[in-house]
Amino acid sequence: MLSTEPLIKTTGLTVQFGRRTVLQSVDLAVTAGEVVTLVGPNGAGKSTLLRSVLGLQRPTGGTVWRKAGLRVGYMPQRLAVDATLPLTVRRLLALWGPVTPEAVEATLGEVGAAALADSPVQSLSGGEVQRVMLARALLRRPDLLVLDEPAQAVDVAGQATLYALIDAIRRRHGCGVLMVSHDLSYAISGTDRLVCLNGHVCCAGRPEDVRRHPDFQALFGVDPLAMPAWLSSAGPHSHGTTPPGCQHTHAPSDAKDPHPHG
Amino acid sequence: MDDFLLRALAGGIGVALVAGPLGCFVVWRRMAYFGDTLSHAALLGIALGFVAGINLMLAVALVGLALAGVLVLMQRQRKLATDTLLGLLSHTTLSLGLIAVALLQTVRVDLMSYLFGDILAVSDGDLLWIWGGGAVVLAMLAWLWRPLLAMTVSEDLARVEGVPVLATQVGFMMLMAATIALAMKVVGVLLITALLIIPAACARRFARTPEVMAGMAAVIGALAVCGGLGASFRADLPAGPAVVVAAAALFLLSQLFPRRIVR
Repeated sequence: MLSTEPLIKTTGLTVQFGRRTVLQSVDLAVTAGEVVTLVGPNGAGKSTLLRSVLGLQRPTGGTVWRKAGLRVGYMPQRLAVDATLPLTVRRLLALWGPVTPEAVEATLGEVGAAALADSPVQSLSGGEVQRVMLARALLRRPDLLVLDEPAQAVDVAGQATLYALIDAIRRRHGCGVLMVSHDLSYAISGTDRLVCLNGHVCCAGRPEDVRRHPDFQALFGVDPLAMPAWLSSAGPHSHGTTPPGCQHTHAPSDAKDPHPHG
Repeated sequence: MDDFLLRALAGGIGVALVAGPLGCFVVWRRMAYFGDTLSHAALLGIALGFVAGINLMLAVALVGLALAGVLVLMQRQRKLATDTLLGLLSHTTLSLGLIAVALLQTVRVDLMSYLFGDILAVSDGDLLWIWGGGAVVLAMLAWLWRPLLAMTVSEDLARVEGVPVLATQVGFMMLMAATIALAMKVVGVLLITALLIIPAACARRFARTPEVMAGMAAVIGALAVCGGLGASFRADLPAGPAVVVAAAALFLLSQLFPRRIVR
C-alpha cells in the first residue's frame, strides 16, 4: 500500500552553527501514509532537522531531497500574532492561498474547531491554536504534514485528543507525517517509525524495537520490562499507567556512549 | 481660507492617508522603533541631499533604504539584539545628520523646520511629490498586502508556503523610507513615527479586519491633521507638534469607547 518512493529524504545532512555541530550526517526519509516521530533530549537537533526538511535552514553538508511538486503542510510550534492585528480564524485560514468558504467550514469541523471560525486568533487557547493550525495545514491539501511539537502548549487532557486527531487525519488523507515530540507516551503509540536523535540518529525503527535499544534507554532511562501497556496499546490512552520515561535507570551522561553496533 | 493653509491641509492629509495604512503594519509587526530609526536618519539624508544637489525627499528615501540594508546585515551577526542595534543606528545617524548640517557652509539650513516640520511652507511642488509619491506607495502596499500580512502572522509559515519573504521585506522597507521622506515636510523627522503609529493604534479599537483598520487609520490621521492645523491657526501653535497632539487626543478619545475585541 505504501509507495516506496519517499516524500522527502535527507542524506548525510549536517548542520553547524558556528563551530557547534547540531546535526551530524542524518539520513531520514518519510514515505506517504507513514508517521515518523523525532524524539531526543533538548538540543538534540530535532527542530533543526525539521527546519532543514522545510527549507528554512540551509544545511552545512549533505542534501535534502523532496519529491517533485511536494505539498507540505507545516504546523509551527506556536503562533505569535500581535494583539493589535484584527484577525479572525476564518481570515487566518484564507491568507495562504485560495480557499472556498465551504472548505474552511468542513476543515474546521474535521479538527473540531467549527465554533471558532469567527473568533479572533489571539483569543484562542493553546489547544485551539493547534487545531486551527492543523486545519490551516490541511487546507493546503498536503502530501506531507510537518508538526513541530504539536502538543507543547496543550494541556494534558487535550494531548491525547490531539494525537488521536493527527492519527485520524493521516489515515483519512493518506499523507505522510513528520513530527517532533517531547512527550513519549502519546506520541509513540501512533507512530510507524521512531527516530531517536541526539545530534546524530542514535537509533530508528518501529517503536517497539527502538524502545529496547540501549541508546534509547540511555537517553530516556526507560526500562523496557516496566513499560509494556502504554507502548503496545493501539490507542493513545495509557490506561492510567504512568509513562515510565521518568524512571531514570541510567545517568544522562550515558547518552554519549558509542553505538554497540554499526 | 488662505492659500498656504489649503496647501498645508492638502499636504498633511495626503501624508496621513499614506501613513495610516502603512503604520498598521508598523504596529502589527512591532516596528515602531525601526520607524524612529529611519526617520532620525532623514536629517543625514537632507545634508547629503544638499551636498549632492538632488531632491531632498529622494535623498532622504535613499539614506533610509541604505540604513535598512545596514540593519539587515547587522542583524545577521546575531551578536546584538535588534533594539540595541536600532538604538545605535538611530542616534548615530541623527548625530551625524546634525554634524553634517552644521558643516554645510554653502547653505543655511533651518534645522528646526526639518526636525519639527514646516507644514505651512508646503509648496505646490511638495504637494505634487506628496500626492504622486503617496499614490505610488499606496498602490505598492496594496500589491504587497497579502504576502506582508502572511509574513506578519508567521514568517516561517510564509516561507514554507512559498511567499517571497526577502523581496516582500525589501519592498516594505522601501515603502517605509518613501513615506518618511514624504512626511518629513509635514511633521519633521522627530515626529514622523507618531503619524505612523498613533492613528493605527487608535483604529484598532474599531476594526474587525486588517483592511478596515488600515482604512480607519488613514481617516483618523487625516482628522488629526485637520484638528492640529486648525488649532495651530487659531492659537498660533507650532503646526507639526499640534498635529501629533491632535492625533494623541483622538487616541485618548478612542479609549473611551467600549472594547469590541476582548483579548
